[in-house]
Amino acid sequence: MTDSYASTGNGDASLLTPNGSSKMNGSSPSLPTTSNEAGGASIIRKKLMGFVGFANLPNQVHRKSVRKGFQFTTMVVGESGLGKSTLINTLFNTTLYPPKETLPPSAERPSTVAIESISADIEESGVRLRLTVVDTPGFGDFVNNDESWKPIVENIEARFDSYLEQENRVNRQKIMDNRIHACLYFIQPTGHSLKPIDVECMRQLHTKVNLIPIIAKADTLTDEEVVEFKARILADIAYHNIHIFQAPVYENEDDEAIAEAEEIASKIPFAVVGSDQEVTTPDGRKVRGRAYPWGVVEVDNEDHCDFVKLRQMLVRTYMEELREYTNDVLYENWRTEKLISMGVIQDSSVFKEINPAIRIQEERIMHEAKLAKMEAEMKMVFQQKVQEKEAKLKQSEEELYARHREMKEALEKQRLDLEDKKRRIEAGRPLTPEKIPTGRKKGFLRT
Amino acid sequence: MAAATVEEIRANAYVGFDTITQQIEHKLLKRGFQFNVIVVGQTGLGKSTLINTIFASHLIDSKGRKEADEPVRQTTEIHPVSHVITENGVRLRLNIVDTPGYGDQINNENCWDPIVKYIKDQHSAYLRKELTAMRDRHIQDTRIHCCLFFINPTGHSLRPIDIIVMKKLSEVVNVVPVIAKADSLTLEERDAFKQKIRAELQYHNIRLYPFDTDENDEEEIELNESIRNMIPFAVVGSERNVIIDGKAVRGRKNRWGVVNVEDEKHCEFVYLRNFLTRTHLQDLIETTAQIHYEAFRSKQLLALKEQTNPRNAQ
Repeated sequence: MTDSYASTGNGDASLLTPNGSSKMNGSSPSLPTTSNEAGGASIIRKKLMGFVGFANLPNQVHRKSVRKGFQFTTMVVGESGLGKSTLINTLFNTTLYPPKETLPPSAERPSTVAIESISADIEESGVRLRLTVVDTPGFGDFVNNDESWKPIVENIEARFDSYLEQENRVNRQKIMDNRIHACLYFIQPTGHSLKPIDVECMRQLHTKVNLIPIIAKADTLTDEEVVEFKARILADIAYHNIHIFQAPVYENEDDEAIAEAEEIASKIPFAVVGSDQEVTTPDGRKVRGRAYPWGVVEVDNEDHCDFVKLRQMLVRTYMEELREYTNDVLYENWRTEKLISMGVIQDSSVFKEINPAIRIQEERIMHEAKLAKMEAEMKMVFQQKVQEKEAKLKQSEEELYARHREMKEALEKQRLDLEDKKRRIEAGRPLTPEKIPTGRKKGFLRT
Repeated sequence: MAAATVEEIRANAYVGFDTITQQIEHKLLKRGFQFNVIVVGQTGLGKSTLINTIFASHLIDSKGRKEADEPVRQTTEIHPVSHVITENGVRLRLNIVDTPGYGDQINNENCWDPIVKYIKDQHSAYLRKELTAMRDRHIQDTRIHCCLFFINPTGHSLRPIDIIVMKKLSEVVNVVPVIAKADSLTLEERDAFKQKIRAELQYHNIRLYPFDTDENDEEEIELNESIRNMIPFAVVGSERNVIIDGKAVRGRKNRWGVVNVEDEKHCEFVYLRNFLTRTHLQDLIETTAQIHYEAFRSKQLLALKEQTNPRNAQ
């Protein structure tokens, strides 16, 4: 995971400022700012002579984000009966999910995986959180569970789609971020290793969402079984190259934070027990837990289960990390894929400084030139044709005249002949056996 | 001629034919008994562990996938294992059939077919041996006497695959449903779950063992009633011993307590074990022979008759 990033959602084209402090949305003031060393620009480190006051920046960010409120969306995936709703209620200490009413045996069971989402606005010490939980009832419950992850994947992608569409709108003041920031995947506590449906579903989800695997109902397992099971699950995950969410470690954090992060990371997958009811322990304390005839499991006791660590990862420490990773890595990857598949090529000339009036002028001139050229061409063609026609006509005229002369001469000759014969006849000469022309007069010849 | 009620006559002196029970016992002890069980359920529900716990010996190994590079089984496999255990001179030949791969794939359609086929094959083999002209004096009985069906402790209701398979199995074998890994349910959850399961089984008309016949006397009927109220048994299995109050008992140890497998307040393992071995063992074997096998046999023979009759008619 990189530690350089730009703030989005603020309208500028996201150019990294070369000497900037990067702004974070809603981070707790304890996370240090990291300086951006982008593009190889040489950064001169100066020492301050006096107090300037920009150390107050985190507080300003803090106040602003508290005012804005936070949004967090998580999805729970797992077979029915693994305690998903109970765990969500336990995590956020509110009854987000009402107790499930069971259908009578004669009721119609749904035949596909449904996607249901519940939202709640909760507040703690003035900080408002809009929490959305997306549930997937029906996952893994049918006889044939082929493609049961499809509705889930489609839902995640639909949320990315809607965010992309919001980003591309003309007015981007109000962007609602309902992308899934974390996905809690519930594993059945068999003690062996991952089931095929778990492997397949995780493989489909890990590139689109932060996957956090959880061993559900972990009070069925003894300590050794939990350790073995976790090792086997991690081996399976590594074998299939599934990428689960890892808490990022920054170099300039204090030792305490590093130790905490390591502890959390070592407990993945978390073996949790959920309970939204209070029970009394044998020594009289009232705790959240489950009461068995042989003892009481305390949910908040770190010795009994990993619930505390899960809550730390999800809420106390890494909620912002999850959100950022979703935004910066998962969403960006998906966006790139989608735009490439839509045929959008990166065009770097698009955003150069252009005066639109000049552009229009240029275009007009080009257009007129084109028109003029076309006109000239057409004229040329026209002239050519006219010439051809003239030549042809002239030729035919000449031919006609030639013929006319010929005919005239022929007729003249005939006339002379006739006159000759006439003289001869008048002179009493015998008629020649030549026929007396019966005056074949042509129309336009008159003697 | 109407069957007259038989009058019981008391003999004047002791004849001694009441020792027939001992003679039979002596004969049977020499031969030994045969009991065949099949376990059906998803991977990881503790089937092998439970069998080992019931018979208090390591009979079958867990067949779960332990390594990442082990391939997943693509179909339901049938793994029969035979053992002989002895107790007080009584020899029990146990045949345990494991079904790894059941319900493990993503698409589980017809994953129950190999199981039903195997059960029917055993009936068929017995029938063939019965019908041969020169048949053995004592036919080896490989028919499945009992099917332990393991239910996932979700706490909600039966899954569709469970209902389908139980229905198919209850037509060919005695089915005893069991809630596996019952230490994940609190007592209230367990009761609610059982009620839901019973309602669903009734709704789908699934006939579960024990069946009531006319031959049962009052005591037996009562016993069957109590068993029916407890089905499905919520059990916990364990092969390992833990120390409770200085005694070594089989159980599971956690940081918050120790589950004692043999404690009735913790789980119903004791009832299941008594049911299977102490009270209904003989009845299971008999019911298989009298009800399931007879049904299969009559169907087969009728089918044979159909085949030969049209041929004769021609």
